[in-house]
Amino acid sequence: MPSEKMLMRGSHVVGEAAVRAGCRFYAGYPITPQNELPEYLSARMLEVGGTFIQGESEIASINMVLGAASAGMRAMTSSSSPGIALKQEGISYMAGQELPGVIVNMMRGGPGLGNIAPSGADYFQATRGGGNGDYRTPVLAPAGCQELADITFVAFDLADKYRTPVMILGDGLMGQVMEPVVFPDPLKVESLPKKEWALTGCKGREPRALFSMLLNVNALYEHNLHLQEKYDEITAEEQRWETIMTDDAGLLVVAYGTPARIAESAIEELRAEGIAAGLFRPITLWPYPTIPLRNLAAKIGKVAVFEFSMGQMLEDVVLAVGDRAEIYFYGLPGGIVPTPSDIALFLRSALKGDGKVGRRIET
Amino acid sequence: MSAEAGYKKVFGRTESLKNNPTHYCPGCGHSIAHRLVAECLDEMGLREDTIGVPPVGCAVLAYNYFNFDMVEAPHGRALAVATGIKRARPEKFVLSYQGDGDLAAIGTAETIHAANRGEEISTLFINNAIYGMTGGQMAPTTVLGQEATTAPGGRDPKLHGRPIDISLMISHCDGVVYIERCSLASLKHIRQAKKAVRKCFQAQVDRLGFALVELLSPCPTNWKLSPKDAWAWVNEVMVKTYPLGVIKDTTGY
Ligand SMILES: Cc1ncc(C[n+]2csc(CCOP(=O)(O)OP(=O)(O)O)c2C)c(N)n1
Ligand code: SF4
Repeated sequence: MPSEKMLMRGSHVVGEAAVRAGCRFYAGYPITPQNELPEYLSARMLEVGGTFIQGESEIASINMVLGAASAGMRAMTSSSSPGIALKQEGISYMAGQELPGVIVNMMRGGPGLGNIAPSGADYFQATRGGGNGDYRTPVLAPAGCQELADITFVAFDLADKYRTPVMILGDGLMGQVMEPVVFPDPLKVESLPKKEWALTGCKGREPRALFSMLLNVNALYEHNLHLQEKYDEITAEEQRWETIMTDDAGLLVVAYGTPARIAESAIEELRAEGIAAGLFRPITLWPYPTIPLRNLAAKIGKVAVFEFSMGQMLEDVVLAVGDRAEIYFYGLPGGIVPTPSDIALFLRSALKGDGKVGRRIET
Repeated sequence: MSAEAGYKKVFGRTESLKNNPTHYCPGCGHSIAHRLVAECLDEMGLREDTIGVPPVGCAVLAYNYFNFDMVEAPHGRALAVATGIKRARPEKFVLSYQGDGDLAAIGTAETIHAANRGEEISTLFINNAIYGMTGGQMAPTTVLGQEATTAPGGRDPKLHGRPIDISLMISHCDGVVYIERCSLASLKHIRQAKKAVRKCFQAQVDRLGFALVELLSPCPTNWKLSPKDAWAWVNEVMVKTYPLGVIKDTTGY
């Protein structure tokens, strides 16, 4: 039975949803603004007989997840930007070894130590690999507490289905904000699909080995082709996005995560003035919903991109849209959270093409 | 060979080793260490419950030789990976097998903290005082005066710092129940090493805490010595920095 409606902050929502999705292993290292998640799980894992470890670093934590995942557990780690940077080696190994796991990044400002304010500056890191090698990580970008709850289930399912690490990409604001949530039914750990590859001790079967090193060039070539097939399948099957009020729109706003929430309010403000704008919100940042965005942008003819960075998702928009529509960009780094009215200014400017707020992107 | 003919089997393959030739150099301590691990697992009936973690180092391919479940860890992270496995499957026997660069340089934090948490993991620490796999660079354990490709003229404490005795360091952690340092460089020493490995495994079976055996292990290739001279170097030179014997034992065995 789904839960009753509860008022919870984003970080707690992810923790509760993970437990309900059958996660029984968490390791992480403290970093603001996501400490509420490990704090929540330190108590919650005890209640369900799971494991919570405060690792000695983000590096240790992701590798603990790697170990638990190799033994067949649904396992998760979380951090914020500088900590996620440290996890990249482990994520790359997990991709190479085809180990499932969920990594939560509540992004903060960078580069370096940056600040603890909300950010979208890890988009490249999340969607372009981050670690070494030719691999991809599915990246899920929710835009609020209910979606955080639902998408955490999706993240564990995708991870197991495709034997891949999966990232949930939120930001510091999303982790802190409290919203009403209804949780899906808790899954029974025993009834999750069996993992025929997991390490359980070799009683009654041949020993198994999970590794990413393939010294033979042909073997590594084949392995990479196999991974690519999997990524192609994920790209074909798993794109997620949402459109809001796009049917009659003369301007298509593209934003994900918290900026999408702000953009939605800005669009409502414009609509109240009789200006028809709509929202395209990618939910999977990889695989990016390229073709759906392309088709919609070509139809509408004008695109306005807004994100908490100096233009990272923008590159995916440009790849999708090319010269099929005019593209305008407004990026806010450093943790400055604009009001919907600020964004409405950008959207009006984009519609006019006057270049007063944001800038036109030449393609 | 039949019993009727008056023969009895005194030595054979261990089930915990696959029938694969290893890539280790002649005289390398890794081969002996593998054999000791395998014999102890066989004798203790642990093979089918074992999940092992090989290092990044010359033993990176250990899963081709060990006949039980294994998962690769990034360089230095074996004890974090092993922690994840052991906590996820506490009923399994978890083995970490690591070189000195892996365990005492890049993985120092993981080593100290797994030991200090008292993770119920058995660790084999193969100390050959050199980076074997990458071709003879200075290791954290390279002894003073020892030549390495990145310590030309020998390790000089002013230039390169001093060798680290990580076994002694972690013996101060409360979570550690057993640490012994042995040599793999004579038959007598190898027999003692096997006893230590057994004890290290028993500590996990009895769920006492963290246990580690450090094995001083010849690397004739990068020491540029014959296998025979490499044995002598372990027992005459290396032991001066790394004295053999029990460093900590609270097992009560
Ligand atoms: C992150 C990372 N850094 C460096 C290396 C290169 N590397 C491979 S093995 C090794 C050192 C091996 O030495 P040791 O742990 O002493 O084991 P041995 O080969 O001597 O058995 C190094 C530096 C690597 N694989 N990964
Ligand atoms: S290089 Fe040294 S440690 Fe590596 S296999 Fe050869 S002898 Fe053994």
